[in-house]
Amino acid sequence: MTSKNWKLLTNPLNDENPITVQVLGICSALAVTVQLKPALVMALSVTVVIALSNLIIASVRNTIPPRIRIIVQLVVIATLVILVDQVLKAFVYDVSKKLSVFVGLIITNCIIMGRLEAFAMVNKPWESFLDGIGNGFGYGMILVIVAFFRELLGSGSLLGYQVIPESLYAFGYKDNGMMILPPMALITVGIIIWVQRSRNRKLIEK
Amino acid sequence: MNVQSNSYTFIYSSVIVIVVATLLALAATALKPAQDRNIEIEKKQNILASVRISSTRENVQSLYDKYISDSYTINNKGEIIEDVDPFTVNLREELKKAPGKRNLPVFECTRNDSLFVVIPVYGKGLWGPVWGYISLMRDRRQEGDTALYIPYREIYGAIFDHKGETPGLGAEISQPFFQLPFRDKVIFDTEGRFTPVKVVKGGADKASLHEVDAISGGTITSKGVEAMLDTCLVSYQNYLKTAKE
Repeated sequence: MTSKNWKLLTNPLNDENPITVQVLGICSALAVTVQLKPALVMALSVTVVIALSNLIIASVRNTIPPRIRIIVQLVVIATLVILVDQVLKAFVYDVSKKLSVFVGLIITNCIIMGRLEAFAMVNKPWESFLDGIGNGFGYGMILVIVAFFRELLGSGSLLGYQVIPESLYAFGYKDNGMMILPPMALITVGIIIWVQRSRNRKLIEK
Repeated sequence: MNVQSNSYTFIYSSVIVIVVATLLALAATALKPAQDRNIEIEKKQNILASVRISSTRENVQSLYDKYISDSYTINNKGEIIEDVDPFTVNLREELKKAPGKRNLPVFECTRNDSLFVVIPVYGKGLWGPVWGYISLMRDRRQEGDTALYIPYREIYGAIFDHKGETPGLGAEISQPFFQLPFRDKVIFDTEGRFTPVKVVKGGADKASLHEVDAISGGTITSKGVEAMLDTCLVSYQNYLKTAKE
């Protein structure tokens, strides 16, 4: 893999992270991060949709009539999202119920439209595919970090398994109910942005 | 080829629509059996949960066969309608019919010598449908009891679910704190009149047998649940008053 392609994969994880730097896709980051499992499924679903739609659009980019290009992009995204939704309903029904409306809302996730219009329309399929994977992971990484802290501190469990020992509760430890509510997701994202900016010189505005 | 021309644009969009439609139709058909099975499992879990039996996806079938002793469809006079499978009755369609023409499913559950009936309910929340299952425990008449006897008057358990109510507000109807107070509420008054459970905003009267608390911020959904219980259970009143053991 060339270093340019490697950059496509790794840049969205840090310097160009869709959530913490571009501040896209925030709404789903708040909604599905109460527990780790839905966050993981959502991250995976978005990665699949973004990578495949990037690949498809990049493959046919020269044939798309410019006047209807946004419609074509939306049709591709919508098709993939419906497929993902159907697959989830068939194989992980309980998770699909938890994600409910948010799977459908992947269609409106700004990250996907943004990558299609900005990258896949002017780059080759393989590069676009890598860019999609990178951005999907960049988005998913933040989702998983937020969900990790929210489930750990809010419910005392990870992936549904109790990790905080009973003995701690006996000493008077209590789960923080605030962590389950949406505002704490925003605050957690804020803390991640703060930590990232303090460590990454490139992101500091002059 | 000129990708700017009108004819090209038309042909391109037609082709893409046909390709996408075919793809989606194929996927929907192929995945339908697995999806239907999930819905069936969930329905059985809900029916069991309303009689306070918790089940997992794996053991739901065996528990259902063990506890659900009978199921049938009745009309609003309480007479059994033959040849209608209660499990596949679509409540939404039934509620559109005139009260006398509805097929009303009943699931009987026997557990530790007690007899229960489970009644599915369906109604409207704020954003979409809400539904649930209500179980009623059979009252066994004590000797020397002179009060009016109604076999099924006391709610044993209630389960509610929804399609897209607001998370944290209306969606809370699927949480135990909302569902538990329905237990032991009574749906007939002492004179045998049907009195559905009221979902009261601003705090229910603790002593009342006909009221539970509504959810703060979820008033429309709470009222939807109340209306659902009223419209669905009223059709069953003849059955509940007269059902034989």
